[in-house]
Amino acid sequence: MNRGTFLRLMPLGFALALGLQACNSTSASNASSKLVLTGSSTVAPLTAEIAKRYEQENPSARVDVQSGGSSRGIADVRQKVADIGMVSRSLNDQETDLKAFPIAKDGIAIIVHKDNPIGQLTEEQVIGIYTDKINNWSQIGGQDAPITVVNKAEGRSTLELFLKHFKLESPNIKADVVIGDNEQGIKTVAGNPNSVGYVSVGTAASQVQTGGTIKLLPLNGVVASLETVEDGTFPLSRSLTLITSGSPTPAQQKFLDFAQSQQVHDIVQEQYFVPLS
Amino acid sequence: MSLYRSDRNLLVILRILSALSGAVLILIVGFLLLEALPILNQIGWWRFFSDPGWYPTSQQFNLTPMVVGTLLVTLGAVVLATPLGVLSAIFCQYYAPKAVATVYRRLIELLAGIPSVVYGFWGLVVLVPMIGRLHPPGPSLLAGMLILAVMILPTVMLVTDSSLAAIPPHYWKGSQALGLGTWATVQGVCLPAARSGLITGVMLATARALGETLAVLMVCGNIVQVPQQVFDPVRTLTANIALEMAYALEQHRAALFVSGLVLMIGVTVLVLVSELLQPQS
Repeated sequence: MNRGTFLRLMPLGFALALGLQACNSTSASNASSKLVLTGSSTVAPLTAEIAKRYEQENPSARVDVQSGGSSRGIADVRQKVADIGMVSRSLNDQETDLKAFPIAKDGIAIIVHKDNPIGQLTEEQVIGIYTDKINNWSQIGGQDAPITVVNKAEGRSTLELFLKHFKLESPNIKADVVIGDNEQGIKTVAGNPNSVGYVSVGTAASQVQTGGTIKLLPLNGVVASLETVEDGTFPLSRSLTLITSGSPTPAQQKFLDFAQSQQVHDIVQEQYFVPLS
Repeated sequence: MSLYRSDRNLLVILRILSALSGAVLILIVGFLLLEALPILNQIGWWRFFSDPGWYPTSQQFNLTPMVVGTLLVTLGAVVLATPLGVLSAIFCQYYAPKAVATVYRRLIELLAGIPSVVYGFWGLVVLVPMIGRLHPPGPSLLAGMLILAVMILPTVMLVTDSSLAAIPPHYWKGSQALGLGTWATVQGVCLPAARSGLITGVMLATARALGETLAVLMVCGNIVQVPQQVFDPVRTLTANIALEMAYALEQHRAALFVSGLVLMIGVTVLVLVSELLQPQS
């Protein structure tokens, strides 16, 4: 193609592209068969699997799942950029404009290295460790080694719940390592026999099953496992939630019903979370 | 001088394209300013350097420890990588047999292509536990310096190598004619002649070290503090943004854009300094 034809064809191409674009957006809004979900990186993998099955059963539906953190989920739903948000905690008092649809439960467990002789920690000991009043394992019956305290980054839901449970303030925590997501926390603890951290029970349990070098500590004498999270005895648990701004539209309601139904319980369990009965 | 028609067309196209590339930078800076302005208007610049600490959810926004952390990690990496890179380039150009030099250069190019997450992962599972045995906790300023040094080494090496290769051959012949040995020629003639390329190489490497996020995030420990020694964990400005972006709302989010802005200012200063260091021609 010589340059002349190319230049003459270019406006045509633009027109075509614009036309297609227009087509696309009208069809999406007419049928409302496309749902956009954004939010928590803990909930996103679970929702993505649920969405896959939903699309299989409703061939006309398209569900687009994007990760990015609970706050993004809330912000996107409020700004109407996303249809449904994903949040790895329950909604708080400032978030009454949103509607919550819990889809699964998860707990937060204290983890240490498998070789650490410590079998359990009391709440006072956890508080002592995280505020640097206890900084050697020998002070609480372990080996003579300094404790490496692994903490979550500011703003994360897991940190928020941890602080609330132990009645701590973020500035009082004296950590040695600050991590982002659960996987990074597990890798950090697995690589350091003298460290202590806290992560999602589901993620930790799956690591232990696949031969990871960490162990979960009981909290207040309650074993940290999916069973205790399920029966409600584990003290530090949270619900994984889908949110909408105001009442959901029929298309949103259909997906929310599906995500809360028995049909996806096997997916929830596969992802090491606890289905809601 | 009049230009041919095709030349004029080319000139127009080039002008448009370079204006576009420039606009990208202006857009990025503009966006950073736009997002950071609300909080700067509300609490001002000074609080970012005078607050008691960095607890954005409790309204404390001190960035100083992270600025210090960023500078120390970068400086350490550059100090480690520059001599290694320059000496590798000299070896490649003047001492290695041709076949060895070619293979060696390819290897270094390969090193430049390894994704930073791979470096970070290796650092997390190998380097950090090693440092941890030497001096707990392990994730530290030292780990960050070492990882970054390996990452920027190829940049220093390759840029130096190509600027050494670009030295006119008669410099070399002239020096030989005066009876100077290889090393004397290298350090007396070639290195000064390649000075501008060398500075460019180090500057590019420094910029990469300043901006590197993922590997640093994985090995530095991310504690917001001014380190007392190389075994203390630190947090860099980039790691700060990466760690907290996903969960930040409102003021916290705006504060993260301020850290981005501070980083941008740092890189600008770096470019200006290297411009001043360039030999005037």
